[in-house]
Amino acid sequence: MYETHYHRASSVQDAVSRMEAAGEGKYVSGGMTLIPTMKQRLASPSDLIDLRHIAEMQGITVNGRSVRIGAATTHYDVASSAALKAVCPAICHLASHIGDPHVRHMGTIGGSIANNDPAADYPAAMLGLAATIVTNRREVAADDFFAGLFETALEDSEIITAVRFDAPAKAAYQKFANPASRYAMTGVFVAKGDDGAVRVAVTGAGANGVFRQAEMEAALAANWSPDALATISVDASDLLSDIHADAAYRANLVKVMAKRAVAAA
Amino acid sequence: MAKVTMTVNGRQVSGHCDDRTLLVQFIRENLGLTGTHVGCDTTQCGACVIHMDGKSVKSCSILAAQAAGSTITTIEGLAADGELHPVQAAFKANHGLQCGFCTPGMVMTAVDMIRRHQGQLDEATVRAELEGNICRCTGYHNIVKAILAAAAEMSGARVAAE
Amino acid sequence: MGVEGIGARVARKEDKRFLTGKGRYTDDMSVPGMKYAVFVRSPHAHAKIVKVDASAARGMPGVIGVLDGKQLLADGIGNLICGWMIHSKDGSPMKMGAWRPLAHETVRYVGDAVAIVVADSVAEARDAAEAVVVEYRELPVVIDATRALEAGQPQLHPEAPNNLIFDWQIGDEAATDTAIAAAAHVTEVTIHNNRLSPNPMEPRAALGIYDAGDDHYTCYTTSQNPHVARLVMSAFYNVAPENKLRVIAPDVGGGFGSKIYIYPEEIVCLWASKRTGVPVKWTSDRTEAFLTDAHGRDHVSKVKMAFDANNRIIGLKVDTVANLGAYMSLFSSAVPTYLYATLLSGQYAIPAIHANVRTVYTNTAPVDAYRGAGRPEATYLLERTMETAARELGVSPAELRRVNFIRSFPHQTPVIMNYDAGDYEASLEAAMKAADWNGFAARKAEAERRGMKRGIGMSCYIEACGIAPSAAVGSLGAGVGLWESAEVRVNAVGTIEVLTGSHSHGQGHETTFAQLVADRFGVPLDSVNIVHGDTDKVQMGMGTYGSRSGAVGMSAVVKALDKVEAKAKKIAAHLMEADESDIVIENGELKVAGTDKAVPWFQMALAAYTAHNLPAGMEPGLKEGAFYDPANFTFPAGCYICEVEVDPDTGRTKIVQFVAADDFGNIINPMIVEGQVHGGLAQGIGQALLEGVHYDASGQLLTASYMDYAMPRADDLPSFQVSTSNTPCPNNPLGIKGCGEAGAIGSPPALINAITDAIGNNALTMPATPQKVWAAAHAAK
Repeated sequence: MYETHYHRASSVQDAVSRMEAAGEGKYVSGGMTLIPTMKQRLASPSDLIDLRHIAEMQGITVNGRSVRIGAATTHYDVASSAALKAVCPAICHLASHIGDPHVRHMGTIGGSIANNDPAADYPAAMLGLAATIVTNRREVAADDFFAGLFETALEDSEIITAVRFDAPAKAAYQKFANPASRYAMTGVFVAKGDDGAVRVAVTGAGANGVFRQAEMEAALAANWSPDALATISVDASDLLSDIHADAAYRANLVKVMAKRAVAAA
Repeated sequence: MAKVTMTVNGRQVSGHCDDRTLLVQFIRENLGLTGTHVGCDTTQCGACVIHMDGKSVKSCSILAAQAAGSTITTIEGLAADGELHPVQAAFKANHGLQCGFCTPGMVMTAVDMIRRHQGQLDEATVRAELEGNICRCTGYHNIVKAILAAAAEMSGARVAAE
Repeated sequence: MGVEGIGARVARKEDKRFLTGKGRYTDDMSVPGMKYAVFVRSPHAHAKIVKVDASAARGMPGVIGVLDGKQLLADGIGNLICGWMIHSKDGSPMKMGAWRPLAHETVRYVGDAVAIVVADSVAEARDAAEAVVVEYRELPVVIDATRALEAGQPQLHPEAPNNLIFDWQIGDEAATDTAIAAAAHVTEVTIHNNRLSPNPMEPRAALGIYDAGDDHYTCYTTSQNPHVARLVMSAFYNVAPENKLRVIAPDVGGGFGSKIYIYPEEIVCLWASKRTGVPVKWTSDRTEAFLTDAHGRDHVSKVKMAFDANNRIIGLKVDTVANLGAYMSLFSSAVPTYLYATLLSGQYAIPAIHANVRTVYTNTAPVDAYRGAGRPEATYLLERTMETAARELGVSPAELRRVNFIRSFPHQTPVIMNYDAGDYEASLEAAMKAADWNGFAARKAEAERRGMKRGIGMSCYIEACGIAPSAAVGSLGAGVGLWESAEVRVNAVGTIEVLTGSHSHGQGHETTFAQLVADRFGVPLDSVNIVHGDTDKVQMGMGTYGSRSGAVGMSAVVKALDKVEAKAKKIAAHLMEADESDIVIENGELKVAGTDKAVPWFQMALAAYTAHNLPAGMEPGLKEGAFYDPANFTFPAGCYICEVEVDPDTGRTKIVQFVAADDFGNIINPMIVEGQVHGGLAQGIGQALLEGVHYDASGQLLTASYMDYAMPRADDLPSFQVSTSNTPCPNNPLGIKGCGEAGAIGSPPALINAITDAIGNNALTMPATPQKVWAAAHAAK
C-alpha cells in the first residue's frame, strides 16, 4: 500500500470538507474492496475519509412498504434485519450471500453501490427494486446511477447517504458464484411491483456492468412464471468472457438464474 | 506516524504506526501477537480473522487507524488462564487442525458463528459459514466436526446454566 | 495397545500452541536489527535484462540496500540445481540450463527474481522496489509444452535445443507393440493432467542472519527438509560451509511438496544479510506464491491400453510430455520419470508396459513434486483409461478391475517396482459396500426425477512411498541417499528426547513419534519430546515428503529405541543382579520376568548418568542414534468411490458421497491417518473440480490470487467416509506403508469418472468447471 492519510469523519458535512481539502481523496466505509485494492497498489488515494462512524448514515427504517437503508449499514445488518425481512426478504437473502461472514460485518451497502463492481450483488438489487440512491446533494434513480464498470453518477466529493425503495410484491435474487472469488459470475434480481411492473436486473455477466433485461421483463409482465422465459434467447454479444465463463455460458446462466429467481420469489 | 489506541484482549494498548499500517500488522508487529496470520492478499483466506467490537472481521483488510478506539480479541485472548476455550478444546479433540496456520482464524470464526447462531448449527450451515476461511490440510472434515461438537457443548452448557 | 501407544487415537501434543496463537512460524521470528526484503521480479515471461538501475531506489526512505544478480555472481553464489540425473534413451545426460538465484542476463518466467531491496519496513522496501528501473528487451514466449518442442519455437536455454530436457523411456517397447498388435481391443485416450499451485496456507518465508563475529549464518525458513537445504546451500550454492550455516525450519504451515526445494529467496536473504550487515527477512505474499512456488503436474499423455478377448490387459503404451517450466527445480526430473512411470502397472497384472517421457522447458514457473508427485499422474492416466475401457468393452468398472488385479505377492511389474504386499479386492469390496454401489441405480432414478444427473465413479490406486532405498535410487540418478536418522536421548531423570531428521509441518510427528516411545517403554507421552527442524540439534536428516516419515523416519526411531532398550536392560539387569535376557519393560518399569523385582525407568536412567554402578566396561549415559535405510519402497493402495449430482442447467457438480478404502499397513494413530486422508482427498478433489493454473499466451499468470485460482472451500466438499483394511508392510519394523499422499492420488479419477458417468460424455478435462461440465453435458445430447 502506498502512503495515505486517514481521516475519521464525524458527519457527512465533515466528510465532504475533508474530501474537498484532500488532493486525491477517497471515501472509505467498510473498506472491503478499497483496502485490498490499495494493498495491491491498484489505488493510491492521498487521503482516506472514513464514513463508518457517521451516525446519520446508519440504520434501516421500514415504514409500511417504504424502506430506507443508511449507506453505512453493513451487509450483516441488512441480512439480519427482521423489519426488512418482513417486507423484502429478497434483499436480506442477497446481503446474506455477499462475501463471507467477516466481510459482511464490515462491508456496507453504500460502499458496494458507489464502487459498482460489475460482479457485485447490490447493484442488481438497486436496479431490480427501482431504488432511489440518496446522496448529500440529490436523489438519483438507480436507472440513472450505474454508468458502466466501476462508474456511477456520483460527482467529486458526493456521498451516498442512503438508499430508498418501495418493497415489491414479489422479488428474489439468484446468484451463480464464481468458484474462485465467490463473486457473482451471474446474478439475477427479479421483482414484481404492486402495480404489476416487472424488473429483471443482471449482475456479474454484463461487459458494461449491471443491466436490465428488457425482453425478460416484458415476458414476465405478461406471465409471471419461469415458463414465460423458456423461449427467450439471451444475447451473448454484450456479456463478459473470462477464464471461468465465456459469454455463451453466461448467457445460459442469465436465463437459468432468472427462471430460478422467479420460482423463488 | 499516528498514534493508535485500542483495547486488545482486555488491555488498552497504544502504538505509533503509518496510516497505511494494516490492523493485522499492528497486532503482529506493534503488539507482538503473532497468532493472527496472513495467508492471502485478497481478503479471502481468513487466517487473519479476529473479533472487533464483538464481531469477526478480517484484520488484513482494515487499517489500524480504522480500528482505533475499538475493542479487539485475538486468538491469544480467547482462552482464560491457560484453559482452552470450548472451541479450542473441540478442535483438539476432533483433530480439527494440522499445520496450525489457518487455525487461529478458524477458531475465531467458529466462536463468532456459534454466537450468531446461538449454537444451533448443522453441517450445511457450518460449511456455508466457513466460506471466508481456507484450510489446505484438513479437507474441512474435522473442522466441521469440531465446530458442531463445540456448538453442541456450548449450547448444552448454556441450557444447563439457564 | 496402551492408551498412548501404537494404534491409539491420541489427541495431538502440538495442538495447544497452535490453538492459542503460540505457534512459531518463520514470519513470526524477530531478531534485533532485523530489516525487511522485497524482491524485484520480472513482469515479462521472457526477456533479456539490458540494465538494472537502482540509483533512485537506493536513496528512498528507509532503504538499507539494493542488490542485483551481477553482485550475486561476483560473490560466487552458485546456480540452483536439480538433484536427480536422468539420462535420455540415447544415453545423453539431461540438458540443464542455468538457474541464477537473481537473474542477471535473462528472465524466463513472470516472477523470476532480478534484485532484492532491503529496508526498514516491508512497505518502504516495496516502495523502493518499484523505483528500481530494470530495462528489458522482450523475447518471444512459449507456454505450452507440446508446442515448445516444435521447430521454430522460442528457445529458453542454449543447453537444451528445442526446449527438450530429456527424452526418457522405461519398459519394453517391442513387447508392448506386439501386445497391442495382437489385442482383441485397444482403448486409446489422451490424458491431460492440469497444472496446480500447491498453496500451503503459510506462504514461504526466509530470515537470513549473518554473524560477522563468527562468520556464521543462520537461516530460518519454511522448509520440509532443513538439512537438505543446508547441504545444498553449502555444497552447491556456496553460501557458507556446513559448519558455518545453521538452518532452522520452525513451525511450518503446510508444504505439500512445495517447501522441499531450495528457492532463490533463502539463498539471497543469507547473502544479503552479509552484504548489508543486517538480518534480512522476506515473506512471500500470496501472489508471489502463485508466481514462484513450484507448481505441480502439467502432463499430456497419449495412451494405448490393449486387452485380450477375456478383458485382460496385455499391454500399455504411454507417451507423455511433461512441462517443467522455466528451470529445473530440485526434484523436477524424478517426478515425471521414476515417481510416475514406475507406477503405470497400477493394481493390475500387465505383462508389457512401455512409457516414453519428454520433459520440456517453457516460460512458466518451475514444476516439481506436489502431493503425490508423479503417482497422481500415473493413477489418473490408468484409472481414466480403465473407466474408458470398461465403457467401450461394456463391462462394469469393478469387473474390469477385478479381472486384472494382481493377486499374489511379491509381484514384479515390468516397470521396476516389486510390490511386496496388498489385497486390492479387499479395498474394492470395502469401498463398494460403504458406497452402496448396488443401490446406485435407484438413487440415479430418484435424482433424474428431480432433474439432476447422478453419476458414480471408482478409482483403484497404488503408490510407492517410503522413499527410498538409497542404493536403488542412487543407481537411478538420485543425488542423495534417502535414509533417515534418529537419536534417542534418555535424560538423567528418565524423560526422553527423540531427535529426528523428519520434519513435521502438519503431520503430527510430535505426537506419533512420541507414541512409539510410550509404547516401547510404558512412559507417559508427556515425558517424551520430539526435536526436529534445526540443523544445530539434529545432525542430519532427509526431511518429510513422499509419505516417508512413518515408514522411514519412524523406522529410524525404532532402530535407536532398540539400542536404548538393549542398554537399559543391561543396566537394569546389573542393578538387580539378574540376567539381561530376563528383563522386561512394562509400565515404566524394568522388571525381572516372573519375579516382583523391578527398577523404575527413571532410576535406571539416573544410574546410567551417575555411573556409580554400571556393568564393567559400559560407557556412562543413555543416548543412541540410528540411521535407517529402507529395503524397498512401500506400496499403499486402495479404492475410492465418488458419487455426484450434476445440475444440467448450470453444469455445477455436487459431490454427494466420497468413500475412501485404503491399505496403509499398520497405523500408529488412526485419528491422524484419517486427517491425512481427508486433506489428500480435498486436494485431489480440488484438482479435479476447481483448481488450475492458467497463463495467457504472453506468459502472464491469470490465476495469481484466490480471486481466480479456485481453492476448495468447506462448502465444495462433503464429509468423507474413510476406512482402512490393512496388510502390514513386510519391509520395515513397524509394518507401515504411509498415508500422506493417497487421498490426492486416488481421488481425481474417481471424481472425473463419476461426472462423465453422470453426463454421458467421456470427453472432460480437469478441472471440471461448471462451464466445461455444462458444455460437455450438452454436447452429449
